Amino acid sequence: MLPTQPEPTAAVATASPLFPFVLQLADTSLILAHRLSEWCGHGPVLEQDLALANIALDLLGEARSYYQYAAELEGQGRTEDDLAYLRPAVEYRNPLLVEQPNGDFAHTIVRQFLFDNFHYQLLKGLKDGPDARLASIAEKSLKEAAYHLKWSSEWIIRLGDGTPESRQRLDKAIAKLWRFAGELTTPTAAETHLQELGLVPDYAALLPAMQAHTAHVLAEATVPEPPAVFAQQGGKSGRHSEHLGYLLTELQYLQRTYPGLTW
Amino acid sequence: MNNFEWPLWEVFIRSKQGLDHKHVGSLHAADAAMAMQNARDVYTRRLEGVSIWVVESKHIHASNPDEAAEFFDPASDKVYRHPTFYDVPDSIKHM
Repeated sequence: MLPTQPEPTAAVATASPLFPFVLQLADTSLILAHRLSEWCGHGPVLEQDLALANIALDLLGEARSYYQYAAELEGQGRTEDDLAYLRPAVEYRNPLLVEQPNGDFAHTIVRQFLFDNFHYQLLKGLKDGPDARLASIAEKSLKEAAYHLKWSSEWIIRLGDGTPESRQRLDKAIAKLWRFAGELTTPTAAETHLQELGLVPDYAALLPAMQAHTAHVLAEATVPEPPAVFAQQGGKSGRHSEHLGYLLTELQYLQRTYPGLTW
Repeated sequence: MNNFEWPLWEVFIRSKQGLDHKHVGSLHAADAAMAMQNARDVYTRRLEGVSIWVVESKHIHASNPDEAAEFFDPASDKVYRHPTFYDVPDSIKHM
């Protein structure tokens, strides 16, 4: 973890109050999409390899919509590509969960389940929100997120109620990743401000549905509810784990090496 | 774990324009629910379909290619089984 938190730049401070939040949504979808894309060609079976790539592409498409909107909100002439490819790790606002390495299939599934469960409820809230642009992106993404949640939920059940090995791997993944779930629903100061303005759904109101779904899936999976753990936080404020730097090195390689390169 | 522990399924997809489900291929899955999701992910990525059927391959009984001659050849010289020897009245449309 990096000890210091960068001050927002002047450009950020003068932009729309929604800008950092939309950027956070964009970063979150992009980083998770990149992680999932790392599975491409390495999936446990062909069918799941494709499923992982499909989800990665859904999230990448969603990230693009957010980056385009963020670039407009900022109004400083930066494009979606500038925002995605030319910022250092400390300026990324994704929660720690999505930058965690793929690990084995169980780790990827647990990470996905924790994210999907939040993502689905968040999009439901944004879809009915007052910002028309965010509402339209959320409406499109909600159908995709509903399928993602169904997919990851069924895999939690299969792994938990599967073989002794799948169960052991799932237990390990839960022990490692559950601590990153809390950050998703813990608002930053910026998020709290937007929630007070009514622009962002109140996360506390999303929790009952999320907890009910988790309880249902874990019961089906015959997995006991994990004990409450201290929530690891920092990603949404730019304090990332060591993993993000390596991820960005690969993600940004082409634009850093050949600035301005296009298709 | 390897693929072959999971049974094989045949996938049938009905396109937006079509009335019938057409065989599009096969895949491996542990059960019907997974086969359905896999079919969605493998075979409907490019808007190919609006409806999916999956059938475990072992439930499909196929005719034996070795018996093709006795099965199908006898029909080849019985053109009278096709309704092509009738004069269609002009007033009948859409034939």
